[in-house]
Amino acid sequence: MIFAAEVAQELSSGWFLENAWLIPVIPAVTFALILLVGKRLPLKGSELGVISMLASLAIAGGAAYQWIQRVSSAGEDGIVTPVVRTWAWWQSAGHTFTIGQSIDGLAIIVLVVVAFISTLVQIYSLEYLRGDRRYTHFFAALTLFSAGMLAMVIAEDMITLLLGWEIMGLCSFMLIGHWWEEETNSRAALKAFFTVRTADIGLLVGISMLYVSANEWTMKNLGVSGFSIRGISAWALSGEPNSTLILVIAIALFVAAIGKSGQFPLHTWLPDAMAGPTPVSSLLHSSTMVVAGVFLVARLYPVFFTGFDILGSGGNLITIIGGVTIIIAAALAFVQDDIKRVLAYSTVSQLGYMMMGLGAGAWMPSVFHIFTHAFFKACLFLCAGSIAHSASHHSFDMKKDMGGLRKFMPITFATWIISTLALSGVFPFSGFFSKDEIIDNVGYNGYGLFMIVGLVGAFMTAAYMTRATYLTFFGAPRGASAGQAPHGSHDAHDTHDTHDSRASRDTHGAPHESNLLITIPLMLLAALALGSGLLNAAPFGEKWMRISKWVEPHASAFAPKLYHAPFTWTKASISLAIVFAGIVISWFVSTALYTRKDRRLVGLTQRVPALRVGYNFLINKYYLDALYENVIVKAIVGPIAKGAYWFNQNILDGILHSVAGASRAVSGWVYRNIDQKLVDGAVNNSGKVARDAGGALQPVQSGKVSQYGALLFSAAAVAALVLVIANT
Amino acid sequence: MLVNQFLFLAAILFCIGVYGVVARKNAVLVLMSIELILNAVNLNLVAFSLRNGSVDGHTFALYVIAVAAAEVGVGLGLVLLVYRNRRSISLDDLSEMKG
Repeated sequence: MIFAAEVAQELSSGWFLENAWLIPVIPAVTFALILLVGKRLPLKGSELGVISMLASLAIAGGAAYQWIQRVSSAGEDGIVTPVVRTWAWWQSAGHTFTIGQSIDGLAIIVLVVVAFISTLVQIYSLEYLRGDRRYTHFFAALTLFSAGMLAMVIAEDMITLLLGWEIMGLCSFMLIGHWWEEETNSRAALKAFFTVRTADIGLLVGISMLYVSANEWTMKNLGVSGFSIRGISAWALSGEPNSTLILVIAIALFVAAIGKSGQFPLHTWLPDAMAGPTPVSSLLHSSTMVVAGVFLVARLYPVFFTGFDILGSGGNLITIIGGVTIIIAAALAFVQDDIKRVLAYSTVSQLGYMMMGLGAGAWMPSVFHIFTHAFFKACLFLCAGSIAHSASHHSFDMKKDMGGLRKFMPITFATWIISTLALSGVFPFSGFFSKDEIIDNVGYNGYGLFMIVGLVGAFMTAAYMTRATYLTFFGAPRGASAGQAPHGSHDAHDTHDTHDSRASRDTHGAPHESNLLITIPLMLLAALALGSGLLNAAPFGEKWMRISKWVEPHASAFAPKLYHAPFTWTKASISLAIVFAGIVISWFVSTALYTRKDRRLVGLTQRVPALRVGYNFLINKYYLDALYENVIVKAIVGPIAKGAYWFNQNILDGILHSVAGASRAVSGWVYRNIDQKLVDGAVNNSGKVARDAGGALQPVQSGKVSQYGALLFSAAAVAALVLVIANT
Repeated sequence: MLVNQFLFLAAILFCIGVYGVVARKNAVLVLMSIELILNAVNLNLVAFSLRNGSVDGHTFALYVIAVAAAEVGVGLGLVLLVYRNRRSISLDDLSEMKG
């Protein structure tokens, strides 16, 4: 068999790799503990959350170390098999459903990222949410989220993956709506939940179709069920499946990825999700949860590879959706005044890069972009939170409440600048090594049009981030940062909890730097935003491409053969030039527009009709929300409800009326002849009997539900007893 | 066979559920007790299905779970409306049906 070659070699393993299933189990258990005893602990349960994440991080780190040893023990071209352990969960009528872990390079890299960022965000939240009324529940939900994400990452089979996927959806809902007293927050939570749920149908359909179509083949050839991801991968690459079938499966799974990863046209929930507390935006809605869709595509890559014929076509559904998302989200980021919304659209746009890369066969650069993006985007969000916490009185409005903050918050400013340069893809920050690789490989694999999309996106990214940086940190302080009462969009928690009274005494007032619990996570993340790119630095030659060596599977029965674009400085310098152009142009436009109030630029969107139309189009987010809420939802609610009403009034009532007329005629005759004369006598007597019996039974009708329940159960017990006696 | 243990557990759950329905005054707790009863039944279905080696019992249990979810939805809706009208969800106050 083709699979036999893999077993021939002894690979090194170790305790951490064998027991990696503990990584999600620890936070899951801690979640229950926090709910049970959290409120009675000195730090209200937050210490349990932080400790559990540290434990998970330690195990993930150990597993990563042992995985690296395993890769080296396989030699130069040896195939490294994942560390698989499975347990039967339940079995019935010949079907066995297992749960288990499958640790490979992709799992390791995402495990480390998720555990690391979860730890930092929990530490940050200790300070950011101090005094919040639902402090304990916040940490419980964060911990449960980490458990779900980690479970999804180590999943050996689609059932565990689905389990983790759904836990994340639930936690996202709980955490966006953390301050549900304000209606906008609870609406945002519902919107996120329902949008993602709609797309999740695709995941259920995809998993079911995979099981039904692959189970027989995988049982025969590999001895695993059709839920096993390894089995599915081998099946998809075996040439066995019908190409239409696997295309339909790939589309169904991709729909789920679109919803979870906020891709066009279902991206509308992600910017609204910024209603949640900032640590939540940083952890769930930028660095970890939203990459779940990208992870799904990367994890089941053989299915998409075969289904969409990735290396053989010049464009497919994944690249088109990814490319469209890059451009439209980046364009929306220009018209936002809320700093978190700029970052949210930026996240959507960066996820578009990852999708586009995966669609074009650039698997490794996309996975590496998950890695680097997590650090710098989490850092940017935490910076925004730090500003709101210590300078702008919980307002996120850049135009009204920020400006000139670089003097007051040196650490926040420095970390923000490092992360912004990383996001824009400036050499030698981490984003350069991942984003440029995606663009380069997309072009190399024959997707020329999408390479141009990527370059345009890089220009736009640099430009909108420069605008946001300028508005936040340069110019004169405005609004709350200048010591006035804050305007506009509030972070809800200061209006209705104890935080407010305490905070207004000692943390508000003049803008100042945040304390260490906030700045240490910022500095750690910024250090990684600066340095993590060097782990896979293509420009410095083969020896520097460590992550590729550790993570990328060799082509085998389980992984498709992929190609890498050779790095050349000519191509890299073109994209760097584009990025610098974006920064410089945006800088001059921003200064002209916001400081000098240049009359040629101010109000341009009002004066030029074509620009006004475009601006309104962007401000209204392409009218997608209006489309979903007014057209689709109303179409369902309006015409269908009206149709049902019409059917009820005309058809059902018509039938009823004619039946009623006929029966009235008949009953008149019966009344006169039979009822009056014959039946009445009998009825009068029986009525008397019934009334007496009713009088006797009246006390039973006490109106007390529990008494009725007791009677019901005693009657059932008597009936059961009779049944038993009759049957013996 | 392990079926006995399953049946014992189910019986205990059922009894706790019945106790809850009969003795509790709080409407939400009564709903929860009803859930316990339904889950005791589920446990029986699954246990027998395991013994007979067929999926019928599992299928039934899944249906029961779905119906139970709907039932809780309606039940909580009722409780919410009752609460809005009378600011209390004690079942003892709801005795208009007294004969």
